[in-house]
Formats: sequence, C-alpha cells, structure tokens
Amino acid sequence: MNGHRLGVDVGGTNTDAVILDEKDDPIAKTKTPTTENISSGILDAVDEVIDQSGVSVGDLTYVMLGTTHATNAITERRGLNEVGMIRLGAPATESIRPLLEWPDDLAAAIGNNTAILDGGHEFDGRQLNEFDEEQVRDCVRSFDHVDAFAVASVFSPVRDDHEQRVLKIIREEVGPDVPVSLSSEIGSVGILERENATAMNAALTSVAAEAANAFIEAMDERDIDAQLFFGQNDGTLMAVDYALEYPIFTVASGPSNSVRGAAYLSGIENGIIVDVGGTTTDIGALTDGFPRESSVAVEIGDVKTNFRMPDLIALGIGGGSIVEQRDDESVTVGPESVGYRLTDEALCFGGSKLTATDLEAAAGTVDIGETTPDVDGDTVSAAREYIRTKIERAVDRMKTSPEPVPVIVVGGGSILVPDDLEGATQVYKPDHYEVANAVGVAIAQVSGEIDRIYSLDDQSRDEAMDDAKSEAIGNAIEAGSAEDSVEIIDIEEVPLSYLPGNAVRIKVKAAGDLDH
Amino acid sequence: MKIGPAALEDIALGATVLGTGGGGDPHVGKLVARQAIEECGHVKMLQPSELDDDAFVLVSAQMGAPTVAVEKLPGGPEPISSVERVEAEFGRAADAIMPMECGGINSTFPFAVAARKGIPLVDADGMGRAFPELQHETFNVYGVSGTPAAVSDEHGNTCLLDTNDNEQLEWLARGVTIRMGGVAYVTDYPMSGTEVKETAIPGTMTLARSIGRAVQTADGSTVAAIREATHDSIYGTPQSLFEGKIVDVKRRTEGGFVVGSVMVDGLDSDDDRTMEVKFQNENLGARIDDKWVATVPDLITILDRETGDPIRTEALRYGGRVEVLGIPTPEIMRTDAALGVWGPKTFGIDTQFVPLEQ
Repeated sequence: MNGHRLGVDVGGTNTDAVILDEKDDPIAKTKTPTTENISSGILDAVDEVIDQSGVSVGDLTYVMLGTTHATNAITERRGLNEVGMIRLGAPATESIRPLLEWPDDLAAAIGNNTAILDGGHEFDGRQLNEFDEEQVRDCVRSFDHVDAFAVASVFSPVRDDHEQRVLKIIREEVGPDVPVSLSSEIGSVGILERENATAMNAALTSVAAEAANAFIEAMDERDIDAQLFFGQNDGTLMAVDYALEYPIFTVASGPSNSVRGAAYLSGIENGIIVDVGGTTTDIGALTDGFPRESSVAVEIGDVKTNFRMPDLIALGIGGGSIVEQRDDESVTVGPESVGYRLTDEALCFGGSKLTATDLEAAAGTVDIGETTPDVDGDTVSAAREYIRTKIERAVDRMKTSPEPVPVIVVGGGSILVPDDLEGATQVYKPDHYEVANAVGVAIAQVSGEIDRIYSLDDQSRDEAMDDAKSEAIGNAIEAGSAEDSVEIIDIEEVPLSYLPGNAVRIKVKAAGDLDH
Repeated sequence: MKIGPAALEDIALGATVLGTGGGGDPHVGKLVARQAIEECGHVKMLQPSELDDDAFVLVSAQMGAPTVAVEKLPGGPEPISSVERVEAEFGRAADAIMPMECGGINSTFPFAVAARKGIPLVDADGMGRAFPELQHETFNVYGVSGTPAAVSDEHGNTCLLDTNDNEQLEWLARGVTIRMGGVAYVTDYPMSGTEVKETAIPGTMTLARSIGRAVQTADGSTVAAIREATHDSIYGTPQSLFEGKIVDVKRRTEGGFVVGSVMVDGLDSDDDRTMEVKFQNENLGARIDDKWVATVPDLITILDRETGDPIRTEALRYGGRVEVLGIPTPEIMRTDAALGVWGPKTFGIDTQFVPLEQ
C-alpha cells in the first residue's frame, strides 16, 4: 500500500488537503478553515483526509505543501529578517543605491543595511573590478547584527565567483548558520530586480523556517514519516531544505498549483485555467501542462523583481464577492468580499449581504446554505452577465491565438462560471475541482533551471544549447527528480542587442517525476 | 521650470511612448536621475529660446546595449568625466546639458548629469524620438559637428574623438563602447545657443512629461488622452492606427541590432485586416495588408489595449491585445535632409516616407 501522496494547500481562507493513491487518483479530500496557528489547521485537514481514505500513515510516501505564507509576510511586513545587502560592482552601479525604489516601510522592515563594494564582471565574463577581500570582511563585520545576508554581483548570471567568495567570507566571519542568499541563484539579468528578489529571499528565511517547522511538526505529531516537499512558483516541487534557502520561490505557488491540478484533473495540457476563490479569481494559461510564465518584471510588495513567476490576471470576483446595485441601475460584483465569513453573512446562509454565491442559489443552479435567497430576477441576470463579461475578457487576454481553447474551471467558487464562455471550445469543471490546488501540489514534478548568456564567438549555438540543457537536467536531478523521467520543459532564447559575437541568453528548464 | 522626482516619473513613462519600442528602459535612467536629484537638488529646465546665443551646450547620453545597461549601472562620475573632457578641450565650462534623444533611457539619464553638474537642462533633443545611432540627430542633419566628443567609463577612462564626420563618430564611439564593457557615456555635439535654437527639436522633455501624465491618468482611451495632452506641442495629432491582437513576433540579431516584425490581427473596426510592424530596436514602419500607413521618422508605438501602457519591443508577445499609436513628427524631422538620415530607405524599408496624417 506504499506510494500514497498527501497534498496540502494553505490558502488565506481555506486549508485544503487531498490523498492520492499509488495511481495518483484522489481518494480523499477536504476543505477546512485556515487557522492562525498554521500547524493546527494543517493537522485538522490531514486528520480528515486520513480518516476519509482509511490509509495508514505508513502508506504515505510523499507529503507536499503549498503555502502563501511568504507572500503574506511581505504584504503585511511581518516576521521579516534584518538583511545585510552587499552589492559588488563599484566603481559602477553607485548611481542607483540598493533599496532606492522600495517603499520606506518595507525597506525599514529589512533594516536598510546596504553596501556597494568593488567587484563584479562584464557581460563577457571579464572582471569589472578586482575583488577586495579586506573590504568585504570589514563590511560583513559592520553588519554583524543582521539576521541574513543578500549578495548581488554585477553579471553574476554570467559569472558567480565573486558572490561565492563573499559567501566564503561571511561563513568565516559569522559562522555556518546565518542565511546567505546569492543573486545568481535567484534571478536573471537586470541587477536591480535580481538584487530586490535576493533581499526579499533573505528577509523571508525565518518566516519560511516557521512554515516548514509547522509542517514538519504536524507530520511528526501524526507519525508521518514521508519525504516532504514545498510547491514553488513554476508549479514544480522543491525539497524542504531548498524551500528554507529559497522561500521567494514559493510566493506564487498557490495559483501555479491550481493550474497544475486543473491540468491533471481534466487531462488537458493546453488551455486557460480559471481558479475561483472566495475573494478573487486567478486566470492563468496552461502550456504543455505547466503554467505560462510572465515575461515582464513582476512586482511583489510594490518592488520589481525578475524571477520565475506565473503569468496571471487576478480579478476581484469570488464566491464571497458583494453584489452592488448602482444608482444608474447597473450592477457590479466585487472587489469587496465577505471572504471566509460567507457562511455567516451571505443571504443564503441567513446573513444580510447579497453575494455572488447568492446569485447562483437564487437562480437554482446550486443548492447551498439554509434558505433560497429572494433576489430580483433582473439583478441576478445583470450580475451574472457582469461576471461572465469580466471572465470572458480575461480569458481572451490570456489566449495566444484567436482560436477557441479549452477552459478549465477550478476552485471553491467554480459555480460562478457559466458553461458556455465565449472563446472556449468547452468549459470543463473536472471532478475534485474544489481542491485542485492541493491535487496540483501533490502530483507536481521536481524541476531544475538554467539562465545564462552565451557568446557564440567561441562555440556554436548547438553547443551552447546542449550545455544549457545538461545543466538544467543536472539541476532537476539534484532537486530530487528521477533521472530517467527528466525532460526539458521550456527553452527560451533571446538575442542580445548591440553585443558583438552574437551573444545570446538561453533559459532552459527541466522537470522530472518523483520516484514512486 | 524645476524638475524633481514626480516629474521624472511622468517623463520616463512618456519616454517609453516616444521610444517607439526601443531606446532602452527609461526606468534605469529615471532612478539614476532620482538619486542625483535627491543628492544635488532639482534640475532647472530651460527652453532653447531662453539660451544666450553664445551659450555653450553639451549633449550627454548613455551609449550601448540595453541588456548591459540594466546590469552594469552607472557609477555616477563617468558621464561627468566625458562632459569635463570636452569642456577641457574647449577651455570653457558648459552652460547647460541637452539630451540626445527624448525616447528611452537617454531622456531621463541627462537629468542626473545636469543635477550633478549643477547646470540647467535644455528642454529639447536631437532625435525627437529614439534612434539607434549617433548620426541620427537633427544636429547632424543641420550641419553641427558631433566632435570633439568624449566617451568615458566607470574606471575613469576617457577617450577623446575628433572625426571627419558624424558617421565616423558613431563607428568609433561604438567600438570604444564595446571595449568599455558594452555601455559607455558619451558627450558630443558641442553647440552654441544659436546652434541649439537652429537645430534642436524644442519642447520634447515637456512633451514626454505630458504624454506620461496622460498615460498615467487616462480614464478611458489612452490615445484620446495623449491627443488632448499634446495639443500644444509641435508634433502632429496622435492617432490610433490599428487595434488587434499579436499573432506572431519574429526577432533576430543582425549587425548588433534586434531586427524583426510583429503581426497584429485586427479586432473590432479593424476586423479582417492585418498590420505588420517592422522594427530595428525601435519600430520603423507599419503596414496594413500591403499598404504602409506609417514609417520612420513618425512615431509608431504599441500600447497595451487594456491598460494603455506602452510595450517595448522585447516585451511583445504572442497573444497581446494592442492598440498601435501613431504620432506625426514635426517638420524639422521630415525635411529632405532629415529623411536622408532617417527616412524609411535608410533602414531598408522600400517605400517613400508617407506622412502619417495623410
């Protein structure tokens, strides 16, 4: 009976859990309210699915957790580390100091400890400036009060040796336990965005440890001795140790897990995913089974960053959205929402707020709550039309061609989405749609990636591509995927303007299955 | 007029529209200028007409690869070193700094030079948009020598250039820039106040600012907001050339430039028609089916149809819903002499220049 998987998704409103059998079919599922103390919410959900499925904890081989913990810490400026930020690039780069663009309160929350030191490289790997070991050592000593370090060196995606030397010095000066984030491991070319992402990563390591420990404790408490993973932004998994080091890679795991879960449950590899929650609807694109990534810098907590994030449109419409009648007779839905208070405040639950869920209850498309709310028929149709138009437009924006595409609807608020969306070949609401995110994290693969500039002066394009591919595959195997299942899942090639020797930037991602 | 951080935000956004898809990311230039203004104070902006005839004006710009510019940020003193090297050559301190182009990174970046030098910035430029090379300047078109010019890097290296013509200036400065790590800082086209008045395109920083503010605050149609905001400028009336969805993007590297085209399938009133926009770093020409509707030097900028934000060439992506904006350039950019430097044929587009408003 080995080989069962437990997937848990901790969202802002609900904690979902599923158990998949050895064929990865869902055999138990639950949705429980997220609790202040995450660990107890996880336990409630886990107990429920174990109970439902009848599997013994010894049958669980893998346990996967998706969480928005890190995202919330940034938006709420809560639990963030004080970070020592070291940039190597002087005498270049000094005209834009680190944190210049950050909101003051977020910069203050991570402590405003910054330095720009000698070092870094040119685009072709030549040294920009000599590395000054004494200068770095003095700087690290002056930052001895910080909780974590973030290091960003100019063109470290091309050559990371100066960042590695700083790491060594930090280890010598402050020991092995202080978290150190290196920008070459976090982001791509564009030093400000990469440095921002690296600083956020360093700021999040304590919060990540808290979430990981809650997860580990919950598993220990139930004697679950399975291998533990975290879901990450690209819809693949990372080991707990890796999540502790790179918490920034979990900030968008929620929507990515939904996309992957929707793909798995529907058996569709390419299409548009509509994930309807209590307050918002996330619309993403599914490309060959994976979430399509955003091609522009993504802002997190009002700060520009440049690491891998899914391409999403978020609409302020969900099951708890409040329906409002304007003076001019028009009707709007959201963005205000009763959220997790739906079962107290919605009309169908005896409350006083007309919510999106009440529209469906009134229309008789769903049997929910205690009473059938008495809502004027015109209001119901106007509000449903409003929701339809918003979703159709967003679906259209996510499409890559005029041809209709499959649309897969998941999430607790799926009833809001009509079955005949314009631009859709068909609207699918697969079984277990309400826990698609927990399914998504449970079935996820393990990935590895490379993003580097190659000069085609001294090697052919094919050689550069082969090098990138084998590095990506190596990274995927290192992250835990079974060697024979690793495949290249994404290749991106960008010619670099103005540079001699036909320089090209190659990004390759590989992913593979966990051993069953 | 004094320019501070808030005005810079608007100028940077407007410069993305005027960059017509290229010109480098104005965001980096904006941050460099913002820190310089924080440290040295606001920048006084002068109209060309306010310059004394014998004023000494220098043009300052960053030169090189946009990809390098977002990684190896300027240190601070290097653009000043090139200004000072040209000043030394003339034995005279500059009275004002003028931008080379009003599109892309070089629209905002010179504010940092003016702030650190403590001298005014002239509300004008020599491209009226973004162009790829140093000879693409009204200054060049109307007979100003680009040299003596200086190119400098973050290590304090400065190279003085004295060339036979402005094409040679571009050729040699480009080579030096690559040796300097792919990005360098150039000071060129030393001019008198009279020469500025005769050859520069006036009011382009104000134009960028107005367009930026219009895009930022547009309630409804961005094109209509831009039209309203630029009513008083010397540019023609901005208009919507096409609305549709990107169905294909082709890009390749050729001679150090990103060259390609984007195909847009029409929506709504443009249903059943297809627009192709050709680019070489910047957007060069737009044709519907086989008819050219806009070409260089007129401005062709692709906007996100939903948000109204300008989209830079590298961010164009299959599936994007876009509106193509056209802005007719002023007469000074459309004379026979000017078209000889930057008309469609100089970029390999086989058509005569057709003014966008026709």
